[in-house]
Amino acid sequence: MENKIELRDIKLRFGSKEVLKGINMDIPKNSVVALIGPSGCGKSSLLRSINRMHDMTTNAHVTGSIKLDGKEVLGNDVEPTLVRRKIGMVFQRPNPFPKSIFNNIAYGLKINEMAKNGEVKKIVESSLRDCYLWDELSDNLNRSAMEMSGGQQQRLCIARTIAVKPEVILMDEPCSALDPISTAKIEELIIRLKEHYTIVIVTHNMQQAIRTADYTGFMYLGELIEFDKTEKIFNNPKEELTKRYVEGNFG
Amino acid sequence: MKLINKKTSALLGIRFLGFCTILVVAFILLVLADITYKGAGVLSWDFIFSIPRKGMTEGGIYPAIAGTTMVTIITAIFSIPVGIATAIYLNEYAKDNFLTNILRASIRNLASIPSIIYGLFGVALFVEALHLGSSVVSSGLTLGLMTLPYIVTSAEEALRSVPHSYREGALALGATKWEAIQTAVLPSAIPGITTGSILGLSRAAGETAPILFTGVTFYLRFPPDTLDSEFMALPYHLYILSTQHHAIEQVRPLAYGTALVLILLIVVLNIIAFIIRHKYTPKTSR
Repeated sequence: MENKIELRDIKLRFGSKEVLKGINMDIPKNSVVALIGPSGCGKSSLLRSINRMHDMTTNAHVTGSIKLDGKEVLGNDVEPTLVRRKIGMVFQRPNPFPKSIFNNIAYGLKINEMAKNGEVKKIVESSLRDCYLWDELSDNLNRSAMEMSGGQQQRLCIARTIAVKPEVILMDEPCSALDPISTAKIEELIIRLKEHYTIVIVTHNMQQAIRTADYTGFMYLGELIEFDKTEKIFNNPKEELTKRYVEGNFG
Repeated sequence: MKLINKKTSALLGIRFLGFCTILVVAFILLVLADITYKGAGVLSWDFIFSIPRKGMTEGGIYPAIAGTTMVTIITAIFSIPVGIATAIYLNEYAKDNFLTNILRASIRNLASIPSIIYGLFGVALFVEALHLGSSVVSSGLTLGLMTLPYIVTSAEEALRSVPHSYREGALALGATKWEAIQTAVLPSAIPGITTGSILGLSRAAGETAPILFTGVTFYLRFPPDTLDSEFMALPYHLYILSTQHHAIEQVRPLAYGTALVLILLIVVLNIIAFIIRHKYTPKTSR
């Protein structure tokens, strides 16, 4: 299978603190990859390296190579805004803008000057449909996004992300602030989205990794201990550490 | 056995807080009532729109209203953009280091400098060095300098209270940092920035010391027609009428009328701030 993203020897430091100690990983196209591991193992930091979110942190320092379709993503000569358009991100807490539902989705289109006026409406509709929000919301697109429920807000954030047509979607514990029903809807959405997108999801919920991910990586203390097919990681891991973590005998 | 049980002491505490609140409100109402009572008699369209006559013992205060309005506009034009820009730089771009903290502390300290010192500085810089003369512009800029620390501090506070997740959300969609600030951060900070700016401006509109040496004058028969002319101003006019006039007793009602107009002007400014805040505040938040 073709690799969408290739990580080679990714190291991340915050000041003198080493957070990632050389990560190598191949992320196949149109798959869902889950990153699991105890808090502080660096899985969110790894995720944020992929779309260059660490650029904004003054003392963060990323080295190594990240290739998207064989093209380097890291380095000062690569424009981070272009990287982030191709590699979208959904955050732990739903973070819609305090604008209307319509303007939340249209935001990325406007910023990137991607659509003519006539097209914006169509893209907003198709993005909302893709996230199963259209039927719930089509009558009140002018309502403030802040009035929606947490689960709807998170699906709106996913809709906002796919409106700018990225190739990869990074999700940083997207369900950790949501109730079980909203979580189930997001998981269903993730499985459906992999038809068109490559998805990397950080999760604390191992059941979620089993339900959604084709591949799973287990991280511990800034290292990728094991990366394999999800059923392999959870049923028959190679490493003793992985086995103990997925069985819950850890620490 | 305790003398006062928990319930009684809580009740006493709440009573005390309530008493303090009533005390504060009572003083404000007393001042307003006194000024309204003594000033309402002279208040009329004629008082607002005519010039002082017969050695300021009759007539209106139109030149002073026009002067204060013009100076406040100059103050706003200068201090609001510069203040907001400074706040954006400090909060969004400046590195969090020793130098930035010194800068921030200095700006806060500027707010506590006595206004008469701004007046002296205004004479030295605007009137003398920049040859702007004793004028509306000199006074407006001097008041602008005095207002800047308020605007910078309140705008920075407003920017800081915008959740970091808005910035991240915008960046993740491909926005540059500047675009994120413009489209996702500033709109949410507008209510706070507006409140701070208008409070700063209403304080400036009522100041006497900074305009004393930089452009205000005792008596004019016309409102200032150019920005480089001298002007009358409400707070200074009030000072003249209440302490420097040759017939203080006779002009006392006019002094109260002037005070009332000054207060009304500031009330109007605050209502504008309230409306802007109401309009831009998102209906609900998490």
